[in-house]
Amino acid sequence: MEGNFLPIVFILSGITPIRAFPDCLEAEGGGSTVMTMCGIIGVMDKSRRTMDGSGIRQALSMMNERGSGEGAGYAAYGIYPDYRDCYALHVFFDDVHENKPLLDSALAQWGTIEHDEAIPTCDRPGLRAVHTPWRYFFKPDPSLAAPEDEIVSALVMQVNAARRGALIFSSGKDLGVFKAGGWPEDVADFYRIEDYEGYIWLAHNRYPTNTPGWWGGAHPFNLLDWSVVHNGEITSYGTNRRYIESFGYTCTMFTDTEVIAYLIDLMVRRHGLDIDLAVRALAPPFWEEIGRMPAAEREWNSALRLAYASAMMNGPFAIVAANRDMMIGFTDRGKLRPMVVGECDDRLYISSEEAAIRAMEPRVESIRMPAAGEPVIGRVIA
Amino acid sequence: MIGSLPPRYRISVDPVRCMECGRCIENCAYGVFSRDGDRIFVNSRNCTACHRCIACCPRDAISLEEHPCDYRSHPLWTREAREAIYNQARTGKIILAGMGNALDYPAIFDRLVLDACQVTNPSLDPLREPIEVTTHLGKKPASLDLRRREGGDVELRTRLTPNLRIETPIMIGHMSYGAISLNAHLSMARAAKETGTFMGTGEGGLHAALHPYQDQMIVQVASGRFGVNIDYLERGAAIEIKIGQGAKPGIGGHLPGEKVCADISRTRMIPEGSDAISPAPHHDIYSIEDLAQLVRGLKEATEWKKPVFVKIAAVHNVAAIAAGIARSPADAVVIDGFRGGTGAAPMVFRDHVGIPIEAAVASVDKKLRDQGIRNELSVIASGGIRGSADLAKAIALGADAVYIGTAALVAMGCRVCGNCYRGLCPWGIATQRPDLVARLNPDEASNQVANLIRAWTLELSELLGAAGINSIESLRGNRDRLRGYMLDEGLMQVLDVRGVGA
Repeated sequence: MEGNFLPIVFILSGITPIRAFPDCLEAEGGGSTVMTMCGIIGVMDKSRRTMDGSGIRQALSMMNERGSGEGAGYAAYGIYPDYRDCYALHVFFDDVHENKPLLDSALAQWGTIEHDEAIPTCDRPGLRAVHTPWRYFFKPDPSLAAPEDEIVSALVMQVNAARRGALIFSSGKDLGVFKAGGWPEDVADFYRIEDYEGYIWLAHNRYPTNTPGWWGGAHPFNLLDWSVVHNGEITSYGTNRRYIESFGYTCTMFTDTEVIAYLIDLMVRRHGLDIDLAVRALAPPFWEEIGRMPAAEREWNSALRLAYASAMMNGPFAIVAANRDMMIGFTDRGKLRPMVVGECDDRLYISSEEAAIRAMEPRVESIRMPAAGEPVIGRVIA
Repeated sequence: MIGSLPPRYRISVDPVRCMECGRCIENCAYGVFSRDGDRIFVNSRNCTACHRCIACCPRDAISLEEHPCDYRSHPLWTREAREAIYNQARTGKIILAGMGNALDYPAIFDRLVLDACQVTNPSLDPLREPIEVTTHLGKKPASLDLRRREGGDVELRTRLTPNLRIETPIMIGHMSYGAISLNAHLSMARAAKETGTFMGTGEGGLHAALHPYQDQMIVQVASGRFGVNIDYLERGAAIEIKIGQGAKPGIGGHLPGEKVCADISRTRMIPEGSDAISPAPHHDIYSIEDLAQLVRGLKEATEWKKPVFVKIAAVHNVAAIAAGIARSPADAVVIDGFRGGTGAAPMVFRDHVGIPIEAAVASVDKKLRDQGIRNELSVIASGGIRGSADLAKAIALGADAVYIGTAALVAMGCRVCGNCYRGLCPWGIATQRPDLVARLNPDEASNQVANLIRAWTLELSELLGAAGINSIESLRGNRDRLRGYMLDEGLMQVLDVRGVGA
């Protein structure tokens, strides 16, 4: 049972643990020697007790050395209890007056806008507002034959591919992404994230090499219920993108991370895989290791690699993703990017840096570094 | 009158270096050398540039010059154009030629460059970290039904089609026993076994001497159905239906009766000395549904245990044809590009019919993805794969694996002289003359072919590692890791690659 790829399922999760943390994990492949690019952190409260955004702001700013002041973002779950049945669509408008009427009419075609408003922002000297962030609380038309999620994801793909000055960057229920170009503190203050109360927070401090300055390129990336922050560069992006696009997704963000959100959506929502199996498909065991497994295990692991060969992600990465019920963290199977996990009472932390976790929770216990490819899965209770 | 044409080659023997050992006389199957008293007499007109004499001369006394006496140069009326006319004016016949396309088309592979990591992601060192090149050929499910049992065990409810597992994405293509010698077949079969890959039988049946290697063999069913019976089908690890060939799309094959010796007659199941003519189409396949029927028939005959491949020549409509094949129970499509080799093909076909493998693979991969059926079919590229760079580029364009043909022959000594159809191959490869066949030592040649496959596999691992990729499937169809260099916009669109610097 010492394989690298057994998922760690937290005791704090509602289901039987497949494997709890060992008392200590060796620091092999740990954080100190790998190169720096982007800092990520996620925190989840298993009993859905909420936290305001000030803690994660503080944590993220501890990793400013991993950023360049050109992008940061936050995702928060549980922030819109008054509209919990509506899809909260966060949108960047290039020009509100010109672009909003178009989006309004598109949304009206697909369903009802329960409410919409500018996302409250506060000007920051260090942040140039190149877009106007807006939010819609939207209900798809129940008379449309397709499931709600299908309608909303198709809507997001269409609007974003059309490039008419409106980019939907967050589309889940009772959650929202807040991101912009700038340092984490500026982005947090711009959106006044301390005013939001969420039970899961993801955050990302960006050192962009690909699409600097463009707000759409900042993390987190979201589709429906799933949000993703990512530190790394996906060398298999060309394969992953072409694969995911063959299922009707359209990549519009000019950056590799968005495929992760879509891949998880495909495997979990559309193909019905458990999240740990989806993660295993994204960062699968080596064939040599599969060859050593008992027959039944070997069979389904092989099948997973064969069926999802083009979904497999290569290159260095550490990823934290969340939906309303869980937060997961995993790295590439060589662990070329750091990932540290900590726990404190009901809270699970996953981050690039221990310092970030400690900034948020000085009492944190059991800081651990999971082995390469070993997913960390924390679920909320009930 | 047309008269003599200028000799193509001039052989000269340096009298100072020559020690008159006569090895050149023994080794030349074309009769270039003869003994003239105490010196070697040379008839350069018989020379094919097979280099056997040069390779055997212990004193480096022989030199060879191409086109020692040429025509007046003219950009349009080339030597080849003029000579084809003289030839046909004399004979009134179709001109036959060997090996691959000999026209000066630009090689697209040479205008594509690969990527490597710098700074933003670390390159991987294959000496320190695992790089996986294991490849599985065959149908794969689009999604899986995986259930969690009580207690946490995972149960796989989806039934998988048997796949062919290769330890390296390099296979040896179909060259029939008949076109090439039994020793050549044996050598390649052993090499395939040693390197964990497969080789094709071609349309020549499976000689009993190859039965020990049957687990590495892909047996071919072509339009002549030579050598095909249930025993043959059951022996192979996979079955390949050959519809067409890159060197001669749209036409069949012809093994002259003089090559059909007793052994070949037995293996092909045809009378000794009779011409083996493979018709242009399969006469039971006049449509895509007929092909699907044959695929199903072969699967049924072998109890759905073996992958079935379909090989087609790369022609203009290759992508749509592949999409049709994907809708049959077939497991893989082999696309043979217009540079594919042959023992013999009409020169007009070899040089003018079909499209390059690079464009064909790119458009097939795209079409299958667009239709959401890429997992239904593996894509095997063949025709003109010269090295590990071509291999890596073919995979990045969308292939799962490649077949090599000419490269394997070259590894056994072939000098690409292009006279395979004459049956006099002095290297013992494309011949059935026992004394010539005996020149090819399977112990040695199998090692050479295995070395070639190993070397390319090593280079492929290095290229993958440099690109920060530790598994071959992350290179497949990853056009982002290619850039076009001096390629036109239209072609880059077909290949779905950006230009250098973009």
